[in-house]
Amino acid sequence: MTTTIAQPSYLEGKKGLFSWIFTLDHKRIALLYLYAIIAFFLVGMTLGLLMRLELLNPGKDLVEPTTYNQIFTLHGVIMIFLFIIPSIPAVFGNFFLPLMLGTDDVAFPKLNLLSWWLYVLGAVFALATLVFGDGPADTGWTFYAPYSVKTGTNVTMAVMAAFILGFSSILTGLNFIVTIHRLRTPGMGFNQMPLFAWGLYATSWIQLLATPVIGITLLMIVAERVFGIGLFDPSIGGDPVLYQHMFWIYSHPAVYIMALPAMGIVSEIIPTFAQRTIFGYKAIAYSSMAIAFIGYFVWGHHMFTSGMSGPAAIIFSVLTFLVAIPTAIKVFNWVATLYKGSIDVKPPLLYALAFIFNFLIGGLTGLVNGALAADIHVHDTYFVVGHFHYVMFGGTGFAFFGALHYWFPKIYGKLYNIRMANISFAIFFIGFQLLYFPMLVVGLMGMPRRYYDYLPQFHVPNVVSTVGSWILATGILMMIANLMVAYWKGKKARKNPWHGITLEWQTSSPPPLHNFDKMPEVNEKGPYHYKNAMDQ
Amino acid sequence: MNASNFVEGVDFSLYFIVTISVIFLVGITAVMIYFVFRYSRKRNPVATNIKGSHTLEIIWTVVPTILVLFMFYYGWTGYKPMLNPPDDALEIDAIGQMWKWSFRYPDGKVSDTLVVELNQPVKLNLISKDVLHSLYIPEFRIKQDVVPGGDNFMWFIPQKIGKYDILCAEYCGQLHSYMLSAVKVVDKDAYNKWLTSSSVPANEHPGHTLMKNNACLSCHSLEGTRIVGPPLNGLLGKTEKAKVAGVEKEIVIDRAYLIQSIKKPNEAIVDTYPPNVMTPYEGILDDDEISQIVEYLETLK
Repeated sequence: MTTTIAQPSYLEGKKGLFSWIFTLDHKRIALLYLYAIIAFFLVGMTLGLLMRLELLNPGKDLVEPTTYNQIFTLHGVIMIFLFIIPSIPAVFGNFFLPLMLGTDDVAFPKLNLLSWWLYVLGAVFALATLVFGDGPADTGWTFYAPYSVKTGTNVTMAVMAAFILGFSSILTGLNFIVTIHRLRTPGMGFNQMPLFAWGLYATSWIQLLATPVIGITLLMIVAERVFGIGLFDPSIGGDPVLYQHMFWIYSHPAVYIMALPAMGIVSEIIPTFAQRTIFGYKAIAYSSMAIAFIGYFVWGHHMFTSGMSGPAAIIFSVLTFLVAIPTAIKVFNWVATLYKGSIDVKPPLLYALAFIFNFLIGGLTGLVNGALAADIHVHDTYFVVGHFHYVMFGGTGFAFFGALHYWFPKIYGKLYNIRMANISFAIFFIGFQLLYFPMLVVGLMGMPRRYYDYLPQFHVPNVVSTVGSWILATGILMMIANLMVAYWKGKKARKNPWHGITLEWQTSSPPPLHNFDKMPEVNEKGPYHYKNAMDQ
Repeated sequence: MNASNFVEGVDFSLYFIVTISVIFLVGITAVMIYFVFRYSRKRNPVATNIKGSHTLEIIWTVVPTILVLFMFYYGWTGYKPMLNPPDDALEIDAIGQMWKWSFRYPDGKVSDTLVVELNQPVKLNLISKDVLHSLYIPEFRIKQDVVPGGDNFMWFIPQKIGKYDILCAEYCGQLHSYMLSAVKVVDKDAYNKWLTSSSVPANEHPGHTLMKNNACLSCHSLEGTRIVGPPLNGLLGKTEKAKVAGVEKEIVIDRAYLIQSIKKPNEAIVDTYPPNVMTPYEGILDDDEISQIVEYLETLK
């Protein structure tokens, strides 16, 4: 494409429902994911608000125990499988990976569309548990056996939902790996790739290699429930601890499926708003690979109280501490990137800084969980609930919304109200801390997780947490409303409102169907080498 | 004095990590905020491209590595003693089932609360009758999963007179959060007195005792309120609609139905109750015990 005549944007061109749900354009597929994922996020958030409302006081506030158990299971399944795992890769990976690599689509556009349809099918299965059988599963999103084998609720369907969603995830990972290997624009070596692409690359390998394990495990549950094969239930000859191993062999690496793309987002936002090159490019890029690799071998830290032998506990504990190192390296490099920058504090940067703060708390509380003695006390308490919400929501969730604010002008060609975005961010951030910090406290006091009712000594932190949930929800709704107003009535955005230098900023906003009207120019000195900054 | 012998090790590992974490959190956040102000676009209009520093990369790789290895070490030293109970520990069976804890002493005494003697090491053999549970005593800083078919144990030395909560930490279904008990630490005299006293009220029906000890009363009331399952008073002679082997039928509740419902509750479930909730007691209770329970139920009006 050597012509410089502007093509119509990907949003114009073909109209109508079918031009979207059967599109092969990676940008339209990304938006299909975006709308579905935000919708499920809001459903999950509503379920979370209901849980917090029930926990406002000891005793019954709102629902019966079984209903509460079904709510937290559905909250977990929706947030994990329908929101956080697909979130950044499926939306921003799909939209921006080809743009950042300077190419016109992912390697397998039809496979990409299939991934989205599998996502929809999985979602239909998950929601069908509400209407079919004896109600949604009440097992927790971990489906621990033998309870998941014995319970009368509709576990089979919920498990099938997770199984199908797993395939969606595998295909996305496969697509990205091939895209990164084969479709980089001429002149872009691996070490000239933006760090978001590195994050996706590491993530994709986990999706491809670890997800099949959960597929197998979930099928084993179905086989046990339907055919009575004794795999996990000891009353028919199975071993419940085997299930836990198999479950976490996937589900711990899955934590990095959730975290690594978010780290990639932060690595994009910080150089743009500091207008200088990233500090320690290779350290950040390779630490993603290190996290992905070591992350396979730490699953046992979810099982320190399951009756694990001493030597196994030692190995899992040491490896868990080692996986903290590459994460720490990233944090230090991000902060160092602010040094001698020319920093413009705009909403995306606020989200990135909040990510660092929340992820620090999430990561450091993870060290408590990794230490054998400390974990014996905090395992399966609200401390763990607080810890993983700091990582998943405070980390990945904030990065997701940060990415939305960062790339919104590129996706829609519109600019949102910056002041409103700042205000809604502040409310979201404060609500978040009030909601989740008390969970760390009440966990240290000894309140177990998945509790419908609790002892009176746990009351005060639960009240604070519930009030925090209202503030957080207000912030999120304001943020989404602000973006919706911008979509309909926002000012037209320039091609490059934040002065970013990765390749997606070289095309128009919104981009044309084939991404680039003229071949993008690769920055030879590295993806973040700002020409207007002084060199050192 | 700490409540148990493990408090010191667990808390030290906890405080060690939390202290270092707070230092890092405050330090990094402060530097981050300082940079944002010091190098704002207004104060510093032209940025400097600094590609990195090998020295710094090495420092911030090596220092955290050393720190986390210390964290690992203190975690291990606090945990290791939990694996090795002393030989003179008193062995008690701790039985978890949906949704009740019970404790069986070597002489056969069964109790809802765990009564232990001050400074006497206790080893709990963890037995589950149905699904996973986890025995958790926050004040003692100990927790261990109760795995059906497994042979997990936990041990401790109670070091302070008092009463401490026992909770279930592993999700086990509907009444998980009500699966509570307590450990009562008493001195030698009180312990011996408690051990030799009968835990069963003098004129209690043996069927009633069996029902208490087998968690029947966690789900069934004896005076008419619905908890999880049906209340058990005045059952005999009632007619109910039920699904028998998938077929809708009208049944009369008699002795045979009660026995069947204890042994294989899912064979015939009354319409207003969901299936697969109750544990089948076939193999847990023998025929004599079941007839004692049924005999007792016949006395309830």
